[in-house]
Amino acid sequence: MGAIAEGLRRVLELDRELWHIVVLSLEVSLCAVFIATALGLPLGALLAVKRFAGRRAVIVLLNALMGLPPVVVGLLIYLLLSRAGPLGELGLLFTPGAMIIAQSVLVLPIIAALARQALEDAWREYEEQLRSLGARELQAGFTLMWDARFSLVTAVLAGLGRAAAEVGAVMIVGGNIDGVTRVMTTAIALETSKGDLPLALGLGAVLIAIVLAVNAAAQLIKEGAQRRYG
Amino acid sequence: MGLIRVALLAFAFAGVALAQDGFITVASTTSTEQSGLFKYLLPIFEKKTGIQVRVVAVGTGQALDIGRRGDADVVLVHAKPLEEKFMAEGQGVKRYDVMYNDFVLIGPKSDPAHVAGMKDVAAAFRKIAEAKAAFVSRGDRSGTHFAELEIWKLAGIDIAKDKGPWYRDTGQGMGPALNTAAAMNAYILSDRGTWLSFKNRARLTIVVQGDRRLFNQYGVMVVNPQKHPSVKAQLAQAFVDWLISPAGQDAIAGYRVNGEQLFFPNAGH
Amino acid sequence: MAKRASILPLALDNVSYASNGQSIISNVTLTIDAEPSTIILGANGAGKSVLMRLMHGLLSPSAGRVRWNEPDAASVRRRQAMVFQRPVMLRRSALANVLYALSLAGVPAAEREAQALVALDEVGLRHLAHRPARVLSGGEQQRLALARAWALHPEVLFLDEPTANLDPGAAREIETVIRAFDAAGTKIVMATHNLGQARRVGDEVIYLQAGRVIERAPIEQFFARPASAEAAAFMKGELPWV
Repeated sequence: MGAIAEGLRRVLELDRELWHIVVLSLEVSLCAVFIATALGLPLGALLAVKRFAGRRAVIVLLNALMGLPPVVVGLLIYLLLSRAGPLGELGLLFTPGAMIIAQSVLVLPIIAALARQALEDAWREYEEQLRSLGARELQAGFTLMWDARFSLVTAVLAGLGRAAAEVGAVMIVGGNIDGVTRVMTTAIALETSKGDLPLALGLGAVLIAIVLAVNAAAQLIKEGAQRRYG
Repeated sequence: MGLIRVALLAFAFAGVALAQDGFITVASTTSTEQSGLFKYLLPIFEKKTGIQVRVVAVGTGQALDIGRRGDADVVLVHAKPLEEKFMAEGQGVKRYDVMYNDFVLIGPKSDPAHVAGMKDVAAAFRKIAEAKAAFVSRGDRSGTHFAELEIWKLAGIDIAKDKGPWYRDTGQGMGPALNTAAAMNAYILSDRGTWLSFKNRARLTIVVQGDRRLFNQYGVMVVNPQKHPSVKAQLAQAFVDWLISPAGQDAIAGYRVNGEQLFFPNAGH
Repeated sequence: MAKRASILPLALDNVSYASNGQSIISNVTLTIDAEPSTIILGANGAGKSVLMRLMHGLLSPSAGRVRWNEPDAASVRRRQAMVFQRPVMLRRSALANVLYALSLAGVPAAEREAQALVALDEVGLRHLAHRPARVLSGGEQQRLALARAWALHPEVLFLDEPTANLDPGAAREIETVIRAFDAAGTKIVMATHNLGQARRVGDEVIYLQAGRVIERAPIEQFFARPASAEAAAFMKGELPWV
């Protein structure tokens, strides 16, 4: 307990450096979630509404990919982005861009799978009525997405929580470079490996506070919406 | 609305990554970074030249691998045989000595193998093996790991064959390995820098130091731009030139931890 | 301006429907004309809901054909509406739900609100126009479903047990709206197992049992003297005091 208090005190002393780390963490994770949402929501909607050969296999695969180990994703993206790899020309390795890519890959299955579940439940409820009114599949997809918006927000926040908490992927593709690619999780890993546990704990407390805030916001949104819209 | 801002941020990031030119990437080791040397040294260089130095700190094996892939412009490690192999492969332009620090044998204050104060580190290792006292190894192909293996050889011990449950191969960096040794109250070979900054000492202390064979030589190489066209050869050479220049060497000597000098410049010796 | 032809009569030619190896509708051949309000009567599990969905086009028959008097399938779809046993409302206001149906039907944006408000007036929900639809009571939501259908001015209105989940008071309100549809010229096809409701709303009865049409007759004739033993037994079960 005393270690956490001391850690928080040390963390507050870091101010500028800490501020940079926290801001970078949020930027990387938010960008990744944005990309994953832009790709994952339509994918989830497509899987929820359209019937096609191999649909069940895709759903099983997507659910399995939710459990992708971050280090494995990190390694694969590292091999892709390395100068010795196919996308080396982009010069993205060891930059925040690489971290965003890795986290997008990690978070996309989560958002798509959770969105698919929410939208499939909604489709079960709405399908007959929407088809009776003459909605075509694409139209119905958009209507479902808007109507299930609160469940989808929860899915997106689940993705954000995963992105903010992972260390394996960003460590490998980012390189934990001081001032450039050091984020909260890699900073905690570094301080722990240096044996500076109070500082690591302090940073951990800040990270947990952020994740808690995100989840509290999600809960408030859901409850408020439930009350207003039924 | 907020979504658009985040999207723009994303592109700005990519843009910054691609457009920024005045920086080099140095692949070095975790122990060097954790010693705090870079935090002290690099701002001096950056102020003088305007070149930003980005250090990716990993194990020695991985640092050299990063160099071989062309993902770094400079490699700065402390494992001369591996560095010479790197040069023999044509992966580096030229190898320079930069500085040395030393390793120290850490052990429990209770000293079950009775090695405290010995001047011969190989003999100390032999006594530890005979006593089957707990010993933590990094086991991660790092410079420190290779140094440890060398000493076992000098002690006449085939550690791969003769190790028992007393020898713990952890595959970790220096900090985590020290944490493990502290928790197990075991012997461990560490670089002085990491030990001086290590805050979780429990019941451990330095038991053997000063043996010449514990000196740890650092070498720096610019990654060969002929093999890897993306290497920023000019900026990288500027960094290496500064490191081995009197100004750079003085800066290295000026780095203190708890009032003690950690690195001893020896370029051109 | 030439009056366009009605999509009725609707003809079912030897229609069957099976699912998971179970036969639900067997060899149904009938014609639905424009004039009488048609009640599809039967016990739970007789196949009323499936038959309605086959007619409305939500299900495709396993055998046989469903033929309207109009070749253009899109036109046929737009000129019918269906109200389900459980009303399905979007997470929007009551008014917005009606506007949504109008936009799907291709009504120009400028005209939608006026038409939607007229529809809400017709069912007595104007005062709840801006209330979130899903917080309305069951009866109010069902009336909203009818308003949504009303706004589309369908030629045929299918109703699948619309008052099964409502209390008698709310049920009577629904029946009033249905009769208004009828008076305005919409063909009513309603499935129910409630005999009293059938008598209040319908002009003819199609009695369905185990997926087959057992009997079809004008409403009073059916109730006074059911021609089939099955229909008689059904009515005895529904009205044990007869």
